[in-house]
Amino acid sequence: MTVTATRSPAGSRAGGGRRKLAVDPTPGRSPRQAVPFLLPALLVLSALVLYPLVYSLVRSFFDRSGSTFVGVSNYVNLFTDPRTLTAFKNNVIWVVVAPAVVTGLGLIFAVLTERIKWATAFRLVLFMPMAISLFASGIIFRLVYEEDPKQGVVNAVTVGVHDLFSDPSPYPGARPRDGQPFTPAEEGFTSTKTFAPGTAVSVPLVGFQPGQIPKEASPASQPSSDARELRGVVWLDVSVGGKAGQLDQGERGMPGLVVEAVRDGQVVGRTTTGNDGRFTFPDLTSGDYTLRMPPSNFALPFRGLTWLGPSLITPVIISSWIWIMTGFAITFIAAGLSAIPRDALEAARVDGATEWQVFKRVTVPLLSPVLLVVFVTLVINVLKIFELVFVIAPGSVQEEANVLALQMWQVSFGAGGDQGVGSALAVVLFLLVAPAMLFNIRRFRREQS
Amino acid sequence: MTVVEVSVSGAPRRGLASRVVSRLGSGVVQVLLALVAIFWLVPVFGLLIASLRPESANTASGWWTIFTKPSELTLANYADLVGNSTVLRSFLNTVYIAVPSTVLVVVISALAAYGLAWIEFPGRIWLTTLVVGLLVMPIQVALIPVAKLFGSLGLFGTIAGVVLFHVAFGLPFAIFLLRNFFVGIPKDLVEAARMDGAREWVIFKRVVLPIAKPAIASLTIFQFLWVWNDLLVALVFADQDSAPITVALRAQLRQFGTNIDLLSTGAFLSMIVPLAVFLGFQRYFVQGVLAGSTK
Repeated sequence: MTVTATRSPAGSRAGGGRRKLAVDPTPGRSPRQAVPFLLPALLVLSALVLYPLVYSLVRSFFDRSGSTFVGVSNYVNLFTDPRTLTAFKNNVIWVVVAPAVVTGLGLIFAVLTERIKWATAFRLVLFMPMAISLFASGIIFRLVYEEDPKQGVVNAVTVGVHDLFSDPSPYPGARPRDGQPFTPAEEGFTSTKTFAPGTAVSVPLVGFQPGQIPKEASPASQPSSDARELRGVVWLDVSVGGKAGQLDQGERGMPGLVVEAVRDGQVVGRTTTGNDGRFTFPDLTSGDYTLRMPPSNFALPFRGLTWLGPSLITPVIISSWIWIMTGFAITFIAAGLSAIPRDALEAARVDGATEWQVFKRVTVPLLSPVLLVVFVTLVINVLKIFELVFVIAPGSVQEEANVLALQMWQVSFGAGGDQGVGSALAVVLFLLVAPAMLFNIRRFRREQS
Repeated sequence: MTVVEVSVSGAPRRGLASRVVSRLGSGVVQVLLALVAIFWLVPVFGLLIASLRPESANTASGWWTIFTKPSELTLANYADLVGNSTVLRSFLNTVYIAVPSTVLVVVISALAAYGLAWIEFPGRIWLTTLVVGLLVMPIQVALIPVAKLFGSLGLFGTIAGVVLFHVAFGLPFAIFLLRNFFVGIPKDLVEAARMDGAREWVIFKRVVLPIAKPAIASLTIFQFLWVWNDLLVALVFADQDSAPITVALRAQLRQFGTNIDLLSTGAFLSMIVPLAVFLGFQRYFVQGVLAGSTK
């Protein structure tokens, strides 16, 4: 609110009334002259805002059809309907998390931008999301968080970081050919037979694109047997022009595959196949061993997180709201900062306070009225949140991401078709912003006196 | 407020070490803020690139691969979209909704603000307080009743209905903003005009409006973008023929993965006007948003 002054409310605050009446408007001469100026606005506001408010209140006590009085049963329905309860719960999460984060970020960035020369450019960039529609912002973040790492940048980064720390498996989806003595175990494979040193095991795998085999792979060949060693070969059994399950000319080995020798449930040997697909356990004591190919060989590649799934959807939508609103908070707080008397800050610095102490002891306390206004404004905004949830949450998880404003629309105009419950929800929304309404009115009244 | 300023303005000279630290600190701040700014731009940039790549490219690889394959860039999506009569009509509908809504709000609110600021009548302060109270009114309280009202008046599903609703919910803020500006106008100006026997209407038009141009500019820009960017109001009150671009595109949301080219192009098309207004009239826009944030 800018510097304002009208007559203070009739004679109230008699004692304290230091009026800023340098600009006290001289009233017009006759009340009747106000009519043509005010009439259009009054008509529109009465018909489309005030009358509807009363109507919604009354309507909320009637049933779906609007003809039967049902008392508070629509309100009872709100607090028993699981969808609405989820919406309440999510609204609470929103109110607790989002405005505080944005106010905090706004404060930090507003203070930091005072130290750079391109502060205007910085604020311009962060303010830009305020100019575009919430719908477009929703599309933007739908794309950012798209699950396919080939489309969504967040999952592309997630996968990239993940693969830095753990190598991707070499043969996702590959499996032994049917009829071979191997059985799936924990996404890997274990032999159903046992093998003793001196045997040469042949393991034909299928279910893998020949083009995906590493370039260093060479044609596979059956190892000769050696009495002291357990040997074998793993190859891709393409069986084109050859026989299935048999090592044919031109079939290539599968290098880099981990094979383990297991005895009595204990892994006693581990080896990796060479370029020709061969593997060797050189120093096993005689006896029978089970062969195991662990899941790390075959695990499907990490595809990132399901950001738009039921468990992460609300944090994801909140992050997009933070992206939109932070610029607003910065600009608002920066305006407040520039109004702080420089003397106060400099006096503190001269007294030897560190920048952090100046920030904590001087800047923040002096800014607190501005911070409160920003915070309240953001809370109001959050309570009415609709478009972002509507656009970012895919249809299947809208129930998990639900918020009151969305639920109100769903119930009244979407699938619900119950305008009694819808009206009750509208009334609840009104009651939730009512404290902010009073806050604004009191602030206004204070500025007038 | 930089450290340099402090030392210039008479603070004790700092030691070399502390100057090095603050110089270094400032470097860290520069880098940090630069990263934040980039971080803020990436999502929009991604959408822009997605809208400039063919569908096949968008499904095969991410927009960031454009740096290695810049030849993929094409305006084909935009050509398709502009050739799509539904999208084109919805774009025009957005204009038909936003322009009258803005004009009506500015005119009606300027009149009311003048009445509240410069004409004394009983209950003036209460009426002003009511306007302040209505600032944060959620539009949800009016959706059902106004839908019914419009239904009986034949306004439901028409552009006129959407416009009327926007006007109603745009007015409280508009009146508030202009009234605050009007009461700051020097009393002598209005007084002098009254001495000369000018009628209120003349004072409003000749004295107050010309001075209030910056406030009216802020209001116009804010209200225009507010309506331009709306989804909810049009979702309830517009039908297929009167739907603005946000509502038309929303119908395509269901198959997001396969629709990225269409959605990103449409979203970007709808963003062009707000971005141009924003970049062209930053100052007015920022002032409008700061004043109208409580909506």
